[in-house]
Amino acid sequence: MSAEAKQNTITIDGQEILFRQGQTIMDAALAAGVYIPHLCHKPGLAPHGSCKLCTVNIQDRNVSSSPSDRRVQTKFFVDIDSRSVSACTMPAVAGQHISNNTPELNEVRKTITQMLFIEGNHLCPSCEKTGDCTLQAVAYHLGMLDGHFPQFFPRREVDASHSSVMLDRDRCILCELCVRASREVDGKNVFAIAGRGINAHLIVNSPSGKLADSGLETGDMAAHICPVGAILIKEHGYEVPIGRRTFDLHQVGEIGLEKVILAKTRHTDE
Amino acid sequence: MSKIRIATTSLAGCFGCHMSFLDMDERLVELLEHVEFNRSPLTDIKHCGPCDIGLVEGGVCNAENVHVLREFRNNCKILIAVGACAINGGIPAMRNHFELRECLEEAYVNGVGVENPQIPDDVELPLLLDKVHPLHEVVHVDYYLPGCPPSADEFLSVLGDLLEGREPALPRSLLHYD
Repeated sequence: MSAEAKQNTITIDGQEILFRQGQTIMDAALAAGVYIPHLCHKPGLAPHGSCKLCTVNIQDRNVSSSPSDRRVQTKFFVDIDSRSVSACTMPAVAGQHISNNTPELNEVRKTITQMLFIEGNHLCPSCEKTGDCTLQAVAYHLGMLDGHFPQFFPRREVDASHSSVMLDRDRCILCELCVRASREVDGKNVFAIAGRGINAHLIVNSPSGKLADSGLETGDMAAHICPVGAILIKEHGYEVPIGRRTFDLHQVGEIGLEKVILAKTRHTDE
Repeated sequence: MSKIRIATTSLAGCFGCHMSFLDMDERLVELLEHVEFNRSPLTDIKHCGPCDIGLVEGGVCNAENVHVLREFRNNCKILIAVGACAINGGIPAMRNHFELRECLEEAYVNGVGVENPQIPDDVELPLLLDKVHPLHEVVHVDYYLPGCPPSADEFLSVLGDLLEGREPALPRSLLHYD
């Protein structure tokens, strides 16, 4: 590799990857065909940094540690030469050495996924999105068997007011993909997040707060971008036979799945 | 060699996990050379004796479920939560959206076709809990077998691992929640 190319190279799990100036670690990784687990990221939309599944470790080679380093003195093991960052918001910088697909990081990601599952009502057997759900596919990818934590069993409002789109907040993971798609792509600003802490929830920017009174249309990206079963097109559930759903045919770690997932009105086989 | 003792039960379950267990078809014959069943809907044994493995389907929805679950935990070396209901409450946990009284009044007082409306209150009947809970919120669970229901292959995978003395490791291809 030429010296010039070296200046535009990061290393992920030992693999050298070229990046363009301005790319995040996530952008560079996806462009190179390297999967970093993620839920709230979608190429083309502004990064969000809420799901934390893309947490990676960067070993900064210019950081030197000494025995007096206070981090060494903590009773917990701290990898003093590395720091955890969100790959979706961290700019790629030449020379970064990044750990991604490690048992430790995947265990942390599994815990995060379990937190997302127990925080809502993710009853996959009755969900129209099962088999097409990115949250579920990520959980499969990470080998999640159970929720580990006590269930929150929240009581959240369903909005079925719209003639062709429904909103089931039980499954919302607050990724804000719909918020960003509506604002940045559809130019409508239909959705927002309101409330603080565990009370944060998806709201509709209409006078009544109902989807029916918003400008949302089925052709909007915001109506299709939801990675879970929170925003659904009405009367199109259970159309794809088990065995031919998105994640029956694909692994979540495949690159370029965004197009497949976004074009869900018609199945990829058809 | 003595046989591995297995107990099974259905709490707030639909018996679908047990049906899926039976879906291993003729492979049951070979399995029965290695295991014997203690308390189970498939046997006539009324209480769980000392066992190696307890398979529990269904969440916990009433007081009797709690007693049975504790009996299983006290007698089984390895307790396995089988199916979506046992793992996160499952579809029955959708009643957690409502007050228990609302549910009882809908079924026994205001329901269509109800005659002599009254909420059953005989002491023979176990009281419902205010919410449906997964097993691990009541007792310690050693292993989870997801799916609604888990496939027969999943049962064979986990039992095969345990019979061979291995830590259960469900293959990715058998992992599903639906």
